[in-house]
Amino acid sequence: MTISAGGNAGAQASSAMHHRALKVRSFGGHLVSILVTLFGLLVLTFVIGRMMPADPVRAIVGEDATPDTYRMMYERLGLDRPIWEQFFRYLGDVLTGNFGVAIRTGQPVINDILHVMPATIEMATFAIVIGACLGIPLGVLAAVNKDKWVDHVVRVFSLMGHSMPIFWTGMIGLLVFYAALGWVGGSGRMSGFYIGMIRGPTGFLLIDSLIAGEWDIFYSALNHLILPASLLGYSSSAYITRMTRSFMLDQLNQEYITTARVKGLSQRDTIWKHAFINIRVQLVTIVALSYGGLLEGAVLIETVFAWPGFGQYLTNNLLIGDMNAVMTCVLIVGLIFIGLNVLSDVLYRVFDPRTR
Amino acid sequence: MTQTAMTTKTAPGGLAFMMPVFNIIRFLLRSPTSAFSLVIIGALILLAILAPLLATHDPYLQDLTNVLQPPNGAHIFGTDELGRDIYSRLIYGTRITLTIIGLVTITVGPIGLAVGTAAGYVGGMFDTVLMRITDIFLSFPSLILSLAFVAALGPSLNNAIIAIALTSWPPIARLARAETLTFRSSDYIAAARLQGASPVRIIVHSIVPMCLPSVMIRLTLNMATVILTAAGLGFLGLGAQPPMPEWGAMIATGRRYMLDSWWLVAFPGVAILLVSLAFNLLGDGLRDALDPKQMNRR
Amino acid sequence: MIAPTGPILNVKKLNVSYRTETGYTDAVRNVSFTLGREKLGIVGESGSGKSTVGRALMRLLPSARITAERMDFEGTPLLALKEKQMLDIRGRRMSMILQDPKFSLNPIRRVGDQVAESYLIHFKCSKAEARAKAMSMLEAVQIRDPERVYNLYPHEVSGGMGQRIMIAMMLLTDPDLVIADEPTSALDVTVRLQVLNILDTLVSERGIGLIMISHDLNLVRNFCDRVLIMYAGQVVESLKASELGKAQHPYTLGLLAAQPRIGGSRAPLSVLDRQAAWETPLEAVQ
Repeated sequence: MTISAGGNAGAQASSAMHHRALKVRSFGGHLVSILVTLFGLLVLTFVIGRMMPADPVRAIVGEDATPDTYRMMYERLGLDRPIWEQFFRYLGDVLTGNFGVAIRTGQPVINDILHVMPATIEMATFAIVIGACLGIPLGVLAAVNKDKWVDHVVRVFSLMGHSMPIFWTGMIGLLVFYAALGWVGGSGRMSGFYIGMIRGPTGFLLIDSLIAGEWDIFYSALNHLILPASLLGYSSSAYITRMTRSFMLDQLNQEYITTARVKGLSQRDTIWKHAFINIRVQLVTIVALSYGGLLEGAVLIETVFAWPGFGQYLTNNLLIGDMNAVMTCVLIVGLIFIGLNVLSDVLYRVFDPRTR
Repeated sequence: MTQTAMTTKTAPGGLAFMMPVFNIIRFLLRSPTSAFSLVIIGALILLAILAPLLATHDPYLQDLTNVLQPPNGAHIFGTDELGRDIYSRLIYGTRITLTIIGLVTITVGPIGLAVGTAAGYVGGMFDTVLMRITDIFLSFPSLILSLAFVAALGPSLNNAIIAIALTSWPPIARLARAETLTFRSSDYIAAARLQGASPVRIIVHSIVPMCLPSVMIRLTLNMATVILTAAGLGFLGLGAQPPMPEWGAMIATGRRYMLDSWWLVAFPGVAILLVSLAFNLLGDGLRDALDPKQMNRR
Repeated sequence: MIAPTGPILNVKKLNVSYRTETGYTDAVRNVSFTLGREKLGIVGESGSGKSTVGRALMRLLPSARITAERMDFEGTPLLALKEKQMLDIRGRRMSMILQDPKFSLNPIRRVGDQVAESYLIHFKCSKAEARAKAMSMLEAVQIRDPERVYNLYPHEVSGGMGQRIMIAMMLLTDPDLVIADEPTSALDVTVRLQVLNILDTLVSERGIGLIMISHDLNLVRNFCDRVLIMYAGQVVESLKASELGKAQHPYTLGLLAAQPRIGGSRAPLSVLDRQAAWETPLEAVQ
């Protein structure tokens, strides 16, 4: 199942998702399939990282290294070993948490990633809250007014979010709201003036600045966060809106809705007290999966906003050809995706009385 | 009831097989959003074909005496940092966009269909293994995986196309498999089998045609994603390389001059947005047009 | 609060139509009847418009066009009411039992809460009071262990139990009119009679007017006082249940002839011989 805020989310995939989500597998079978997928993930990252034309040695030793240096590094990376041996070495490294050293920073890749992750999580969390607060009510509104003009307006609005190249919208947003109107902060997580003043326990700037009681920094951080997070949120709301609409339509066609109306509930109470509570669990699933999809948008929007997060780290390493760091990032994204999938299944089991 | 507007009129003579297509287009034109999307896509194709006639300048011709000109009579969308005419570059850019969409779609559609229908029809271990593989591919947002592939293959337009194709077949395969499973046990398949038809024959003649409508919808929606991914790769410098007039790459170079010369990024961005929106709206409209439940209602 | 003498319902020339591409299509045509404190059966095959009549009375057909010369409920013209006023009638003075409890109960709310909700909607009272009311109503529909059943979810109760819960939910507010839309069709044959008896007892005890919508001629004949026979959106015949044997209309006669009878002739049952004439508009039958 693929859920990407950027656009991959056609209703076909989504309805498949819907069915899958309803059919809760046995936990044992589930565990096996997760393990198999994890293993496949490692195979895939290994294959992309080692067997494709990019030359990992050249990236490390540089363009003008002597053949001797080149061969030394070649052997040190174990590239002279048979391919299956390389794979098991890779497997062992990953399982022991050894992801190698990043060429650019000279630090272990995993430390780098842990360092940049909070910035991305902060933005993604803010974005998903915006996306859900926008998408869910719009989806309900569209479903209730199916085929009326409201539905069409919501459809175009949400497809618009689905269709915009987020890196471009980010630039236009900066031009309009920062350069022209001055409503929001520009690039980065806060004004340059404050950089380095907060070394907080969590790495989440909003929280750290509050703990430190630095209101100016909190304000500055919020001011910088609001634009990229809103744009990311809007693009993810497109998918949330469409899914909410289709879930809601399913429910509104159910007979229990008639029962609620027969009892004398108003249309509004019927929608929120009966239909909506039936899609809550599904929505949690959708929001959880969209959260993973935000990582895709984050790669692009972080580049535009010079946001020192995971996405920027990934692109920086891409541009210098540090395949090891890149594949570690990709692996992490895959792990996050699988984790969110598992989480949404767990939520299903916990919250739906029918699966208890 | 299932055959209403789609097949009510019989076509004269040899055009009979085209009739469903005409009917679908007629259905699409009834809704303003789908009509809009058809117009945009039609315009895109026309622009690509007629690019040499419509472009006012050579898209690669630099004019260093005339850089970063705002939109004016000679250059309706202005000029870029090397004095190239942005309008002409946008026009030629349609060819790149259409090439990407076309190549990805004609590779991904058949591969996805083949894998999905085979997995669904054969079932068993074969199915399990194939679906595990698609699961692994689907564990990534498509852009991230494309990034990884391009990084490994080296940045270029061709590699971007390969990377996008590699990442977009799994959803198609999933869909085709799901559809196949609903048909597999139906009587007409059993009848074909009893007549001695080989599995390949059954898949090609009886299953693939049934999967086509939903796969077409998915492919259309996928085109919007392809455009965005390609533009994203271009923007990151991993797709089409300068001096190609690819829209995402144009935005990337224009970014440096954005504060003073908005037209460098505004027009290519609008172009991407319009085309991507058109494919999304078309996919949406097709879903209404090809969904028998929807046809009944109208 | 209600005039005990007048009829509960007085319907004259009720028409329900749906908008289609080519104009309006009638689902119900010129249906007229009155209902006192009695049990009225509406019989017809699927598509005859019988369920539509029930839902039109509750004004629960948002996409349909409903017109009538008269559609009075206890003297109130229903079609003239605003939706807000309708909310005070629906569930309070007029309610409806739906066909299949598997679908007509909200799957993720406890059944007891759903029963109590009926009361909470229309009466200002505490949740505990509503709960107590619901509990005693569950007892009234002969649920032995209401405390336990109250906390169950719909998927945890059987069809017969579900339908008794539905009856409890719909009778809790002491309505004057209950429309039962195929209330036993989805149930196992073994529990049908039991559910019907519960419904019958409660309706008779409380003096509720009942409209029983069904395709089952035998059931309606035994259970109701009066029967309307519907075909193609029209009432083709209206007569007392006890006088069904004196039916005139060929459609009714056809239906009766198609009923198997124990000890009857073993010759093949007759099959309806439909005639186009039955569909042509009739003058309303009173």
